[in-house]
Amino acid sequence: MAAAVGELVGSGLYKTYRAKGQAPTAVLADCSFRFEAGKLSVVMGTSGCGKSTLAYILAGYQRPDRGTLTMDGAPVAAAGSDRLLVFQETALWPWMTVEENVLFGPVSRGSSRQAARPKAAELLDRFGLGDFKDKYPTQLSGGMMRRAELAQALVNNPKVMILDEPFRGLDVMTRELMQEYYLKLFEDTHLSTVFITAELEEALFLADRIYIMSDAPSRIVKIIDVDLPRPREIAVTVTRRYAELEQEALDALYAGRELEAL
Amino acid sequence: MRDTLNGTSYQSGSARPSSGKVSIRNVSKIYDPEGARVVALDNFSIDFAPGDFLAIVGPSGCGKSTLLNILAGFDTLTSGEAYLDDELLASPDKPPRPGADRVVVFQQGALFPWKTVLDNVTYGLIKQGLVGRKEAEERGIAMLRSSGGLDRIAGSYPSQLSSGMQRRVEIIRALINDPKVLLLDEPFRAMDTVNKSTMHQHLLNIFRDNPKTIMFITHDLEEALYLADRVIVMTTRPGTVKLDIKVDLPRPRSREMMASHAYIALKEQTVMAVREEAQKAFERGEREMA
Amino acid sequence: MQEQASAIAVDPVAGPTTATAAPAASVHAPRRRKMTFNWRGLVSIAVFFLAWELAVRLRLPGFHELPGPITVARVLVQDFLYSPGYWESWAISFKRVLLGFLFAQILGVPLGLLLGTSRRFNAIVFPVFEMMRPIPPLAWVPLSILFWPTNEASIVFITFIGAFFIITINVYDGVKAIKKEHLWLASSLGAPRLTVFRRIIIPAVIPSIAVGMTLGIAVTWNVVIAAEMIASDSGLGRLTWEGYVSSTLPVVFVGMISIGVAGALSTWVVDVIEWRMMPWKRR
Repeated sequence: MAAAVGELVGSGLYKTYRAKGQAPTAVLADCSFRFEAGKLSVVMGTSGCGKSTLAYILAGYQRPDRGTLTMDGAPVAAAGSDRLLVFQETALWPWMTVEENVLFGPVSRGSSRQAARPKAAELLDRFGLGDFKDKYPTQLSGGMMRRAELAQALVNNPKVMILDEPFRGLDVMTRELMQEYYLKLFEDTHLSTVFITAELEEALFLADRIYIMSDAPSRIVKIIDVDLPRPREIAVTVTRRYAELEQEALDALYAGRELEAL
Repeated sequence: MRDTLNGTSYQSGSARPSSGKVSIRNVSKIYDPEGARVVALDNFSIDFAPGDFLAIVGPSGCGKSTLLNILAGFDTLTSGEAYLDDELLASPDKPPRPGADRVVVFQQGALFPWKTVLDNVTYGLIKQGLVGRKEAEERGIAMLRSSGGLDRIAGSYPSQLSSGMQRRVEIIRALINDPKVLLLDEPFRAMDTVNKSTMHQHLLNIFRDNPKTIMFITHDLEEALYLADRVIVMTTRPGTVKLDIKVDLPRPRSREMMASHAYIALKEQTVMAVREEAQKAFERGEREMA
Repeated sequence: MQEQASAIAVDPVAGPTTATAAPAASVHAPRRRKMTFNWRGLVSIAVFFLAWELAVRLRLPGFHELPGPITVARVLVQDFLYSPGYWESWAISFKRVLLGFLFAQILGVPLGLLLGTSRRFNAIVFPVFEMMRPIPPLAWVPLSILFWPTNEASIVFITFIGAFFIITINVYDGVKAIKKEHLWLASSLGAPRLTVFRRIIIPAVIPSIAVGMTLGIAVTWNVVIAAEMIASDSGLGRLTWEGYVSSTLPVVFVGMISIGVAGALSTWVVDVIEWRMMPWKRR
């Protein structure tokens, strides 16, 4: 097996938002991490901490004010198809069919539709969307849209997948199925993944390692190795080890946070 | 102190309320019987004793909210009966009506944004004309204070509060009417792990100080097991009782308890049951879309 | 109630989430609901005409000069329906609306796009645009008559002004409202600027163009009628005005009805065009 690619190393990242007429908000402060290649790294924190900002910086949509970011040793800045981000809300273009959405990447970079179609079809079939390739995104359910977006990203062979609370708006059953979906994908390919979430159960189920982020101005405050066996199945959530890891994570999340006076 | 009705054991020291016994007998609900004919609930029967904390879980669309709406009085039933304290609450001939004896807390903010916290809390009492404004406000302040010092935000507006605080105010607003049954429809759904845990503690404290019959609908199985005395797992549509799990864990509940053998065993039972139903629902859903 | 339901994926299995609404999709094959005819509506329309006729017959204040519906109907059928002059008025007014509307689209859409995509262009052009926008179309009439060589041109110019500002502003707002994620994703996937413009920006603003069209067509009709009354010797507006001036009042009503029908027809055509422009919105 070839050496895994897609290691992302961040060192001392700072980011402050300055909106007109408002006090500047420090979102990230001295945020450092090492997301290993070929691993599923989960970044966890409460809503409102700088998780999305981190995602945008990793993907190259925003630049940090200070600090460095490298991928496989080389500095990265601009957005590119080697690091693709799946947003919280669907970014599928509603005026294009599912197939058109998936083909957009290869075609924009110069490939012909003919050449790109087979791979797109293979991915769509794999995600159970083969019958839906000529439908529009508005005709799909939430779970299907997310799968289409995964196909849209994967057709470009990225080195790193970044997912920003991708299953957030879905109903619980779809969410669980999507988690299993992505797990299967990851366990087959070991595509380096940075997965952002606010749900501890999701984090524990998916991760090789959980990086816990503090509230804004955020930094990584704790790293938990999730040594649950792979392939992961739902049964793993009712094991003793899972419960222990859950407690460890909750302790870290609650650290320094006082329960409102009772 | 065992209750002979359903065998739920109660931690000694907590008084059982005298009212709030709910009986649901063979309730069915069919939407659009002449047209699409969607059977939301099918022959659903449960009994709960006064002061039971009941959690209802199940896949999306299994009819959990329908059941709550029927009990709360927002929706009619097609067949069967519901009783509250042995009095008929709803039947096909007797459409249920909302009342202050069964109060609901919803998922999204239902506080009046133009009223202060105190006005929100006392609104129901004053409207019903049971007490004068002054007394209503005194009661309101007292309840807010005993709920973690919320009296300090009595003059604030809902938009100035965090969602967690808004939730707590809503729960107090519901309880101040001294309902027989408190109905909660996925109240903490939109919250992340940490905020949700905080809310759980608050709710359990309220339950300890103010024992009431509580029906709590949720998708979060850990939440259900953590909070409730009984967890009902519903089948996918048409909804009926798949499993009635007694949560025999001691109160007060604590976070560490979630690592105990007993808890893990209960969780396994619940997770597997819900999953089975959810799988069926999902497959049917995707087939329908194609 | 669960207001989040719309943000959460609509799962066809997810059943009722509101208290009283039946679920949108059903488990079994959907059967059509019987269409209930709006009898009450029909009655109220009949009552309206009856009241009008009675008001005229009874010579109620304000009504003693006016014709009743029966008279109007008679005049319409006898004197207008088969007269070529009448239909010529239709054609003339329609032509003016069409020309004004088309010019407004041809100039307004690119202008809106440029204002939204080029910061420099915006800085130079937008202040002038905004300065002229508040001037109502009809206020342009005298200037238009003086400026344009032919009467026809001056009327078409007024209808153009009516639609132009609306269309431009809608397209501009549409560009500003494009979700940043749509653009970011395109840039990540390596799309060059022109591709982004052609395949992302333009389709994204089509709904705004549609809104501009719907609003524009309504304004154009308002404007053309008034412009004709003031400045022309032909068209449906003129017809109506002449009815008033020559005291043949049934003609006024005929004119009003004709204009109403013409406006409704135009709106319908625009709706059909919009429906075809946005195939992804049909489902």
